[in-house]
Amino acid sequence: MKILVCMKQVPDTSEVTLDPITNTLMRKGIRSIINPDDKAGIESALKLKEQLKDTTVTVVSMGPQQAEIALKEALAMGCDDAFLISDRKFGGSDTLATSTILAAALKKIGFDLIITGRQAIDGDTAQVGPQIAEHLGIPHVSYVEEVAIDGDDALIVLRQFEDRYHRIRVKYPCLITAISGYGEPRYLTVAGVFEADKKDVKHFSYEDLKDLLDDESIGLKGSPTKVVKSYIKEAKSQGTLLKGLSSNEAVEAIMARLNEGHIL
Amino acid sequence: MDFNLTKTQKLLQDFYQRFAEKEIKPLARKMDEEEKYDLELLEKMQKCGFFGIPYSKEYGGAGGDTLAYVLCMEEISKIDASSGITISVHTSLCCYSINDFGNEEQKQKFLRPLVDGSKIGCFSLTEPNAGSDAGGQQTSAVLDGDHYILNGSKVFTTNSGFADIFIIFAITDKASGTDGISAFIVEAGSPGLNVGSNMPRMGIRGASNCEVSIDNVRVPKENMLRKEGEGFEIALKALDGGRIGIGAQAVGIAQGALNEAIQYVRERKQFGRPISAFQNTKFKIAEMQTKIDAARLMVWRAALAKDEKKDYSPLAAMCKLFASDVANDVTRVCVQLFGGYGYSREYPVERMMRDAKITEIYEGTSEVMKMVIAASMKI
Repeated sequence: MKILVCMKQVPDTSEVTLDPITNTLMRKGIRSIINPDDKAGIESALKLKEQLKDTTVTVVSMGPQQAEIALKEALAMGCDDAFLISDRKFGGSDTLATSTILAAALKKIGFDLIITGRQAIDGDTAQVGPQIAEHLGIPHVSYVEEVAIDGDDALIVLRQFEDRYHRIRVKYPCLITAISGYGEPRYLTVAGVFEADKKDVKHFSYEDLKDLLDDESIGLKGSPTKVVKSYIKEAKSQGTLLKGLSSNEAVEAIMARLNEGHIL
Repeated sequence: MDFNLTKTQKLLQDFYQRFAEKEIKPLARKMDEEEKYDLELLEKMQKCGFFGIPYSKEYGGAGGDTLAYVLCMEEISKIDASSGITISVHTSLCCYSINDFGNEEQKQKFLRPLVDGSKIGCFSLTEPNAGSDAGGQQTSAVLDGDHYILNGSKVFTTNSGFADIFIIFAITDKASGTDGISAFIVEAGSPGLNVGSNMPRMGIRGASNCEVSIDNVRVPKENMLRKEGEGFEIALKALDGGRIGIGAQAVGIAQGALNEAIQYVRERKQFGRPISAFQNTKFKIAEMQTKIDAARLMVWRAALAKDEKKDYSPLAAMCKLFASDVANDVTRVCVQLFGGYGYSREYPVERMMRDAKITEIYEGTSEVMKMVIAASMKI
């Protein structure tokens, strides 16, 4: 089985702190990491590789040259190959253009199964994985926590929902988006790092993919998304809890508060 | 000349750092207070390959070099010096002795499980009456057929509480002085090899460090490293290399304490300002980082010299002498910057200050380092 895992290098947002003097974000020295959901995807792929003979795991990332070190990390975890997709023409791509370019690259490499992370911690859109599947015309299952092989042509996956799990059988070729659930992804090994050092990260540029791409659908031109505002979601307080009321009293109390707040 | 780490070295450094923060940091205080190393942590480190870094893949090692090893020593010791010494004694004293002085059979039988992460090693040289004067050994080894019979006692044997393989030094020819010392590979569990309880200590309290009594221990002849009388040279060579690791450990302890202090002085407010706003704090931190950087470069220089098979003995002694002094100085100043909280066990800097002291003592005291350096200068 040929498994492709899409991954992104992101700033470790758990390390971002506020400067107590200026109250601004202290970005200096923030480490870059493999996006946690993508790392969970790599772990799932490597587990399948351990179970299934003749399985290869290839990691693919679209990003700047420095993303090569994140790909090397994936190689050190035990992945077989790595591709970096990088070109100035791809700059400014939104999720749609990114998924278009990635789909072209994945098609070129060839696959039985594509695993992406659910979402990246620096954007949280969760769009790229499903978009890739649409571009490639293959089925996809998102929010997958566990993957197992079922027969010669299918997988059984455990999809996490807010209040339940779905166990789904899906035929491959297909795409799944992985979530970092329970079970930590494996560590690298020192030997793995030295093995990765001997492997080259392969590069795909615009030239390598242009036969599969339409210039109008990549980079800024191919990006219909307009960012109106970026903000951090604030946690809401629990609100007022009224206890021990009969249903009529409860309705009255709620109505009174809605009137008080000029909501009604 | 290049002071930059390669991409691979940076990846390794980052890996060691993350591992230490995630796996070791939550346990460091507990291991210190309970004076007991966490064996699950030990196993995790073995799985990640921390116990065979500079050894060849041919024997199951990670295929790295001394620089890759000292990067590990620094990052691990930044968080916990006890974990640092556990790796160090295993790697640069025990494994080194077998790797560089063992024959093929000994390497296959003993080095392989040590460097592939399945067994832990230790190094028994120091005796109650043979410290800096390591030549004054009293442990004896007498040939009896196909075996040597060892008798004596050793102290301060790091890792001995859980080690599988011991390198034990003993006298085979009393009349020849240091030329009468031989080195033996002894397996844990050999009848008569008894490991005492953990020695109560000031620092590196998480590490295992016990007395070892050797009572008529029969060791097969083929477990001798090299020939009779070559043990002292093996010990000195192992310690030469070990010192680079201790230098890296000292750099780690110092940088770890400084990192804690930097975070603290930014948050701690006195007289209406974070204490980082005071010039005294800024100057202290600038001085400390400068000294640590100098020590680190000396450690890297010694590591590179070892990898390039140059004479690294004086460079190793210099890096250990300097880095251990820096570690003691820096940790003391860090405790001072923390004030009363630095003295409290709530913060890790007091532990780091206690841990720093041993780096001036073990694997050759600072005074012995000066003897080695001066001798290399023909003085």
